[in-house]
Amino acid sequence: MKPLVHIENLRKSFGPGCPLCAESTGPARETNLCRHCGTVVACQGVSFDLYPNEVLGVVGESGSGKSTLVRLLHFEWEATAGSFTLLRQPVLEQLPNLFASKSDYSDNLLRASHFQQRQVRNALMGIVYQNPYLGLKMNVSAGGNVAERLLGAGWRHIGKMRERSAELLEKTEIPVSRMDEPPRNFSGGMQQRVQIAKALSNSPLILFLDEVTTGLDLSVQARVLDLIRNLRDEFKLSMLVVSHDLGVIRLLCQRTMVMKHGRVVESGLTDQILQDPQHKYTQLLVNSQL
Amino acid sequence: MKIKQWLTEPATSSDILGGYNYGFIDQGAKKEIRRSLLKAVAIPGYQVPFGSRELPIARGWGTGGLQITLALVLPEDRLKVIDQGCDGSVNAVNIRKFISSVTGVATTTATSEATIIQTRHRIPEEKLTTEQILVLQVPYPEALREVEPSEMETRRMHGEADYSRMWLYLYENIVNFGEIRISYRYPVTVNGRYIMDPSPIPRWDVPKLHMAESLFLFGAGREKRIYAIPPYTRVEPLEFEDHSFRVEDFAGLSCTRCGSTESFLDEVIDDESGQRHYVCSDSGYCDRRCA
Repeated sequence: MKPLVHIENLRKSFGPGCPLCAESTGPARETNLCRHCGTVVACQGVSFDLYPNEVLGVVGESGSGKSTLVRLLHFEWEATAGSFTLLRQPVLEQLPNLFASKSDYSDNLLRASHFQQRQVRNALMGIVYQNPYLGLKMNVSAGGNVAERLLGAGWRHIGKMRERSAELLEKTEIPVSRMDEPPRNFSGGMQQRVQIAKALSNSPLILFLDEVTTGLDLSVQARVLDLIRNLRDEFKLSMLVVSHDLGVIRLLCQRTMVMKHGRVVESGLTDQILQDPQHKYTQLLVNSQL
Repeated sequence: MKIKQWLTEPATSSDILGGYNYGFIDQGAKKEIRRSLLKAVAIPGYQVPFGSRELPIARGWGTGGLQITLALVLPEDRLKVIDQGCDGSVNAVNIRKFISSVTGVATTTATSEATIIQTRHRIPEEKLTTEQILVLQVPYPEALREVEPSEMETRRMHGEADYSRMWLYLYENIVNFGEIRISYRYPVTVNGRYIMDPSPIPRWDVPKLHMAESLFLFGAGREKRIYAIPPYTRVEPLEFEDHSFRVEDFAGLSCTRCGSTESFLDEVIDDESGQRHYVCSDSGYCDRRCA
């Protein structure tokens, strides 16, 4: 099977940057901050493949570059270096220059124009943030939030959009009768599920989950995770799950990467990483689980 | 044809106020405004920044339109100025007097005779021709301001044709009120690309912009923007497949003065009897029908 997404040598740094940045930061130096030029290296040399219908986990402590990684892949931030190529998709064939060569993979999407990046995002990607305030417009109705991506993808029929919103809200267990209420009236768990419905509105191939269950109580967490698992199977999604909670990773992910100070220190099958951690940091992480 | 005339300085006539340049603003400023106009015409619906000059009227009172008119007007032009369709309102009268005192240009109230029409908030009822230019005064040139307060962000949205938030606003209107509630300044898509603010004209006038024979120029003096719709350009109001755009409904009403049932009507309440009357908002049109 061919990977859906191929990421190579992704780097994001904040600051002027110098030739010594790479060697003076990272887990070995125990810092993100280059002592020569003061640059923060948030993410460095991250490479991985994401296969169709696969769930890849990213764990690490805060500041390890997990969320940076998601922001780069979702085109919210501009990567300093690296490449992001995508398997040829029939829905994107009409976009000029994206699949210019005859090969099965797109050109580097990180170097595509903002317009093209948004087209790719609207057609293929969904994202669920830790904080619903980032992903939702709180004074716009729940149905409107779901419809926003559809409008971006060129839908212009109110009836059809409402049908689609109702269908997704039902799937994510939001009562359809509350569809026209703004999400600020909802509880945290419900807001999170509206976010998931929004992320699924354009039938994405890739879903980014950034700490989705943090801040929810345990029973609600379990329901959200259950929902995500069902949706993965139903929509044949590929997911990138960012979490610092090993329980979430164990439950959802087939493969896992462990990040520290902006580098991937270990990656492999989730079971293997949790049972037999190799890197010192991973061992610490697994052992410090309650 | 006209471009050559504009480039040569018009002979100063004795009608012009002493001590002032023809058209009040200096030749350098006119040149800049004309260049902005050319760019605006070349990119229909795109807001071109320009250096708005000081004028004897305050910004926000029609200075954008006024500067366009002053940069274009030639001695042989015939000028019409209207405010909400009316030739006789204070704003229109003052602007007309000012322009004719600094250019000596002839004025008219008949739409068909005018070559340049400066207007606030209305497009004349009579169909404009290829020989006519309509100059609209614009208070808020940014159609997306309603959904996004930041200028930097709205420029990015225009640049990337990222209009989902404007559409979401209309969607929410329909969900909450069953209809789009924008009565004037109804956003339009120009030439299939930019979303543009047509200035505060009523919805009634929006279809007149589509594939029109005349040139429309929009000037926002306070916001320092110029934009344009060239002749024969597609101008489509934002609408949904199942909620189409509609204009104001004057069914059963007619102008008490000229009897017209095909014009945009103003409601007038008689102070003494408390009765409601309707009269044409376009006074030039009404006068022609009464004559």
